[in-house]
Amino acid sequence: MNCKVLLVDDEKEFASTLAERLDLRGISVDVANSGEDALRSLSNSVPEVVILDLMMPGMNGLAVLERIKQDFPRIQVILLTGMGSVSEGVEGLRLGAFDYLMKPVHIEDLIARIKDAVSKSEREV
Amino acid sequence: MNLRKFIPAPCRDLLEIPEEIQGPRRYAMIRRNISILMFLITLVPLALMALINYHQYQSALKDEVLSPIRVLVNKTKHSFELFLGNRLATVRFIASAYTYEDLANEKKLNRIFRVLKQEFDGFVDLGLIDANGVQVSYAGPYDLKGKNYANQGWFEQLKVNSVYISDVFMGYRRFPHVVVAVYHLSDSGEAWIVRATIDTRRFDELIGSMGLDTRTDAFLISRNGILQTQSKFYGNVLDERPDLIPPASYEPAIVERNDSTGKEVLVGYAYFNRSDFILMVVKPKAEVLKAWYTLKSELLLVFIGGVMVIVFVVIRLTRVLVERLQVSDEKRELAYREVQHTHKLSSIGRLAAGVAHEVNNPLAIINEKAGLMKDLIQLNSEFPQREKFLGLVQAITASVDRCRNITHRLLGFAKRMEVQIEVLDVNEVLQETLSFLEKEALHRNIKISLHLAKDLPRIASDRGQIQQVFLNILNNAFAAVKDGGTVSMATWDKDFNLVGISFQDDGVGMSEGTLKHIFEPFFTTKKVNGTGLGLSITYGIVKKLGGEIEVFSKPGQGTRFLIFLPKTSKEGVES
Repeated sequence: MNCKVLLVDDEKEFASTLAERLDLRGISVDVANSGEDALRSLSNSVPEVVILDLMMPGMNGLAVLERIKQDFPRIQVILLTGMGSVSEGVEGLRLGAFDYLMKPVHIEDLIARIKDAVSKSEREV
Repeated sequence: MNLRKFIPAPCRDLLEIPEEIQGPRRYAMIRRNISILMFLITLVPLALMALINYHQYQSALKDEVLSPIRVLVNKTKHSFELFLGNRLATVRFIASAYTYEDLANEKKLNRIFRVLKQEFDGFVDLGLIDANGVQVSYAGPYDLKGKNYANQGWFEQLKVNSVYISDVFMGYRRFPHVVVAVYHLSDSGEAWIVRATIDTRRFDELIGSMGLDTRTDAFLISRNGILQTQSKFYGNVLDERPDLIPPASYEPAIVERNDSTGKEVLVGYAYFNRSDFILMVVKPKAEVLKAWYTLKSELLLVFIGGVMVIVFVVIRLTRVLVERLQVSDEKRELAYREVQHTHKLSSIGRLAAGVAHEVNNPLAIINEKAGLMKDLIQLNSEFPQREKFLGLVQAITASVDRCRNITHRLLGFAKRMEVQIEVLDVNEVLQETLSFLEKEALHRNIKISLHLAKDLPRIASDRGQIQQVFLNILNNAFAAVKDGGTVSMATWDKDFNLVGISFQDDGVGMSEGTLKHIFEPFFTTKKVNGTGLGLSITYGIVKKLGGEIEVFSKPGQGTRFLIFLPKTSKEGVES
């Protein structure tokens, strides 16, 4: 599967390992360790899907989501968080996130959601 | 405003029970203390009132009883004095109207005596005594002519006072008599004395006219203690009874004393002004104060009746009061425990969310690292001990999954479920839930018994949540029963607002200690696979749905859960 993903998570160990695993499955992944990093990275290259943590120091996930949806409405955002707050999940979906997943996640589930997101963005074109 | 400061300190102490005294003893003490206090504030004024009334009535009644005696004594004394004064005046008239010569003439004197006896009763004789005390002439039954009285006490007394009334003496025909004498000094300076004897039958008539009852005595007594008239109880005429003489008083007076027989009596009396007589009326005290004694016993009866009514009312009232207090205390305690429980749930919920989040992140790292290891091993077919490592990684990811399940349940508990209301049939939901457990029931030969109300009203509630509640309880029931045990369920239309669902198992049951804690988060008796969240979540859901959950259990006798769900949902209205 060929697609480009931006993984945003302040847990570097988690982000790098997940990125490597996705790479092994043919998904090219850029990693950003903060919201600010993510927005900078987006100005260089635009992925099809962003995997976004909600709780991060500095700019929080929902704010990043809002900016992405505002500047790059075609990018699909999958929220991936350790915090199971329904209100945040609902808020995320309201702001236009594609889905909401909880850590730890099975890689197969994640890839399935990424595929769904990609096909959705393709349908929207 | 603090009313407590108006309560006197000892009473305040009575109302304060030390905190360490709890349970039935505390309420017994409260009951005792309130009773004491109420007795004090009701019985003391009552007793005071009774005492004051007692004294007031006593003095009022005494006055009322005594004044007629006084009046009677006064009236009779006047009658006596009138009688004596009258006789004295007659004798004085004779002494003044006739000359010495007239009176010295026995013929004339006899005529005067005859007329006198016609006009005035009681005269026994009449005589003239000259200034030297010698009887000059005499008309009457005795032969007193020539008798010399010069040496007798009364003769000297008469010369000083000019009139004289003697004490009673036994005279002619054994009748008691008195002597009335008048000393006359004529214009020419001659002096003579007219002396008459009167029998005292008239005295008895006067006493008889007092209209006394049989237990009351009245008599005349002389100042030197000799009875002048017959007494009912104290002797005959001329008996000496100096012990009867009351203290001197010319006004009618009353004294209380014990008479010679020891009887309590009231003595009304008055001294005569112009003679040595004392009129005495003696009444037994019991007789006089009969009205008072009646009143006293009535007063006592009313007092005792009042006390009994107060005691009865106080005891009943206090019992009701303290029972109400106990009930309200228990209700408050229950509400307090519920609030505490809810509070505990919510704070544990917050803690759980925090913990879950903190654990989820490192868990995710482990998961990815292990996943990557697996990826790398799978990609390299030359990897030494490939199968063993794959097995190890598999074990890691399985453990991660287990942890994830726990943290997800923790979070589920923490976020307190959103409610989705629909109209549903509880029987249907129950049967649906049972279908999840059919296999296990079959496998373990557990007998399922259903008593579902046929026309159970449909209720507005959350299907998923109710299912979870049923599932949690059924899981516990299945865990509690042995293979071949029974789990029975029933539904019924409880009342206007609620439907009831019961789950009864014949499993191991629970001790009271366990029962107390089963709705608390993280409390579990399952050694493996128990998070201790199941019943806590169940409790939370039932409460959130506006229902009630109750549990009854005894070790070895199984467990019974009762759930009451409202027919209509507030949540539904809001959403």
